[in-house]
Amino acid sequence: MSELFRRYGTGMTLTMLAGVAVWVLAMVVLPYFVMVEYSFHPNLTVVEMGGPKDHYTLENYAALFRGVDLLHWDFPDDFRVFLRTMWGASLVTFICLLVCYPVAFYLAKVATPERTAFLLLILVIPFWINEILRTFSWYILLAYSGPLNIVLKALGIIDAPVRWLSGSAGVLIGMTYAFLLFMMFPLYNALETLDRNQIEAARDLGAPTWRIHWRVVIPHAKPGIAVGCIMVFVLAASSYVVPALLGSPGTRWFTETIYSWFFEAQNWPLGSAYAFILLGLCVAFILLMMRLFRVGLTDIAK
Amino acid sequence: MQASRASDRLLQIYLGVFLVYLFLPLVIMAAATFNTSRFPTVTPWLGTTTRWFEALYNDAGMWVALENSFIIGFFVILVSVPLGVAAAVVLNGVHARARSLLYAVMVSPLLTPGVIIGISTLVFWDRLGVKGGLHLAVIGQSSFITAYVMLMVLARLQRFDTSLEEAALDLGASHGQVFRRILAPHLKPAILSGAVLAFFQSFENYNTTLFTRGTDTTLTIYIASKVRTGLTPAVNALGLILILVTVVGAVAYEVMRRRESARERAALRNAERADMEALQIA
Amino acid sequence: MSQDVVLDHVTMRFGDFTAVRDINLTVKAGEFFSFLGPSGCGKTTILRILSGFTEPTEGQVRIGGRDMAGIGPNQRPTALIFQNLALFPLMTVWENIAFGLEVRGVSKEKRRKRAMELLDLIAMPDAADKRISELSGGMKQRVAIARALAVEPKVMLLDEPLSALDLKLRQHMRAELRAIQRRTGVTFIYITHDQGEALTMSDRVAVMSRGRIEQVGAPSDIYDAPRTPFVATFVGENNRFAGTVASVEGGVARVDTPAGPLAGKAGEGVRPGDPAVLFVRPERMRMGQACPNQLSARIHHVDFEGSFANLFLAGPGGGELIVQASNDGALPSLSPGIELSLGFPPESAVVLPASAEAAA
Repeated sequence: MSELFRRYGTGMTLTMLAGVAVWVLAMVVLPYFVMVEYSFHPNLTVVEMGGPKDHYTLENYAALFRGVDLLHWDFPDDFRVFLRTMWGASLVTFICLLVCYPVAFYLAKVATPERTAFLLLILVIPFWINEILRTFSWYILLAYSGPLNIVLKALGIIDAPVRWLSGSAGVLIGMTYAFLLFMMFPLYNALETLDRNQIEAARDLGAPTWRIHWRVVIPHAKPGIAVGCIMVFVLAASSYVVPALLGSPGTRWFTETIYSWFFEAQNWPLGSAYAFILLGLCVAFILLMMRLFRVGLTDIAK
Repeated sequence: MQASRASDRLLQIYLGVFLVYLFLPLVIMAAATFNTSRFPTVTPWLGTTTRWFEALYNDAGMWVALENSFIIGFFVILVSVPLGVAAAVVLNGVHARARSLLYAVMVSPLLTPGVIIGISTLVFWDRLGVKGGLHLAVIGQSSFITAYVMLMVLARLQRFDTSLEEAALDLGASHGQVFRRILAPHLKPAILSGAVLAFFQSFENYNTTLFTRGTDTTLTIYIASKVRTGLTPAVNALGLILILVTVVGAVAYEVMRRRESARERAALRNAERADMEALQIA
Repeated sequence: MSQDVVLDHVTMRFGDFTAVRDINLTVKAGEFFSFLGPSGCGKTTILRILSGFTEPTEGQVRIGGRDMAGIGPNQRPTALIFQNLALFPLMTVWENIAFGLEVRGVSKEKRRKRAMELLDLIAMPDAADKRISELSGGMKQRVAIARALAVEPKVMLLDEPLSALDLKLRQHMRAELRAIQRRTGVTFIYITHDQGEALTMSDRVAVMSRGRIEQVGAPSDIYDAPRTPFVATFVGENNRFAGTVASVEGGVARVDTPAGPLAGKAGEGVRPGDPAVLFVRPERMRMGQACPNQLSARIHHVDFEGSFANLFLAGPGGGELIVQASNDGALPSLSPGIELSLGFPPESAVVLPASAEAAA
């Protein structure tokens, strides 16, 4: 701190510190804090706030789990949606990893540098295109009388058109497509630092291809895998647009539930509690990945 | 060797399929713009038309949404760039222990789901009596976009030679002059890229805006609501325009970046040559 | 009012570590003064104290009689040349030079004019609009000096500015720095660990070790009459003979050493019966001549340098000796294994108390 004052003088340092305080406190920390605090209150009208009915309660958190019956494998709606979100986001993350790994490996270790540079430029383009547009493109593709069904039918793979958009398939396909590149670039960055000679050496020692990947390439790519998984999982778990566009009432996502508690049921404390649960889910996943792959925060924020 | 060549070939085929997978949906969406069908599709092709551009142009709601997106983007730059620069400078100047804590807090919005940023902003300001609207969207978006700007400026700042600041001070510059004449010019490229990125992030934001917008509509909100209610290929026309603008912008940005690094390399070569010449004279 | 730089009981501590210990020194106006010492001896700390980037823990700095406490680097009559020069990479050469004037609100034409004058002074009249990245190492050096001179400092502080240059350029720049100093008459305070730089350029040199000043004097004093064993060994090469003082008479001390009794000028604090060290320079050793101090040693290695030869010998008692023999046409055939008889006059040697060496 004293170094700041020495380098930039009192006036400027105070101005900068004030700016940082505004951002960190008023825009990041306090809003979280207030949201969490809010989630421990019952849903009251403005008049009732601070009155006798206002007290701290865990009711909003308990609401998610009320009616969970593990014996009969029966779940209330919101909890079902929560499970679907958790499971769906995990699945999307895993699919993204599978789909991206060969491409990232090709870019980092097989292609010539010129080709890699060109391909990276090409790959960046969809990255810059709006998530909604990317999702919307699949809305057209997956439509009942859309191109995908027509092609599949012409190829004889299906007999009758598939209703992609009324099951979970549409949501998963759309999310994989929308968040794919958030897996690609961390993976590529990690693989790029792998010394080609290590692969050659392993091959020279007679290791089959799958073993080279399992023992040499994947261990090296661990930080990239962790970062990619974190990005994709958080984006998928908290996506609103993709399930809203490509899903149906039967495939609601937890974000949609939160939204409806806020703006349809006008129950902000419950919505806040659910938002905090979603945040908890993401944080848990991040911590799990950081522990599993032994990466730090600085590796992630690149 | 044989095995490796075969697997390389497989990888190339896979890459080809992957690229088709990546771009075909966008191409189909773009193509659907020109189909006369009232529902955006390419199957069946009912005839080629450009009337959906016209329909888009005549859609007053779109223009309002576009204007709102620009307004928000402008103010997000205004908020997040100065805050991001200040945060980077402060982070760079505090002691190691405070730095890692502060860093964790500052990058946390990047790992926080956008909907939660939106919700916490909404709840916090509601308690202070501020309702949703464009202003709240600006605040909500800035809370995480500032982190992007901070990271970009920080990366540049770490390549800054602090003896330049001392040299300027020693030559009699005030702290303000040091900042304006020495530090700010050094940070300028990062500040400019930060501003571009900030606008872009703001323009395409949906999740945070959804909760903070009140009753106002931005372009992303407009597109999403059009898809769900009242979908026509006019949405495709808008998508196509946005894609073209994005691609041109991205390519221009990339070309600029490459030109800049080429210029730096050339300058370095000149310096090395000058050194060689000086030695021959000496 | 004379612009002397006075360090008055200056001490600098960083936590438990004392970087600079009770320095008392006056650098006279117009002097070329060097601080010479190994890295970590505190010389850079002194420079930062003088320039105002650090405030001393104790003591006072006065420039031209004015106490500098609380006066920041931007308000002192000093200009610092940084080790890495710290030229502003985004400004052209002339903008760099004129920066100090710019922040003082001098008009652009005046700034440019002054920059051109300074560019003439450093013999780079055509470089005004070049970028810094286009300059060679030596040119950057000169621009840094011009930039510092532009603010007309009373005192110029230089922090090993030549260390990044290669040998040839460095030697060339020594002469140039000295010339610029003479021409401008500005006080130069120069920090270096390179004794060659300190001895060739300076009017006076302060040799530092462990935060203390060991000796202040003209380069020839430092070399010929070191006052402490540290100075004797740090500045130039020296042969050392440790022993016990037998007698001190008329400024000459006799020391009993493993190589036999040897005599030299008695330094301060040399008393009979005390342990002491006798130092004698390699070029002061004579071969085969009858001198009061006689010893014999066996050559084990010869470096022929052209104008002279360095002989490395195993002396009596096992210590290594170096003798520099001038190639004056009478150089005998010298090859390893030859036993030489050596000597030196007492006035060529210095005897210093060994206790001071142990403390250093």
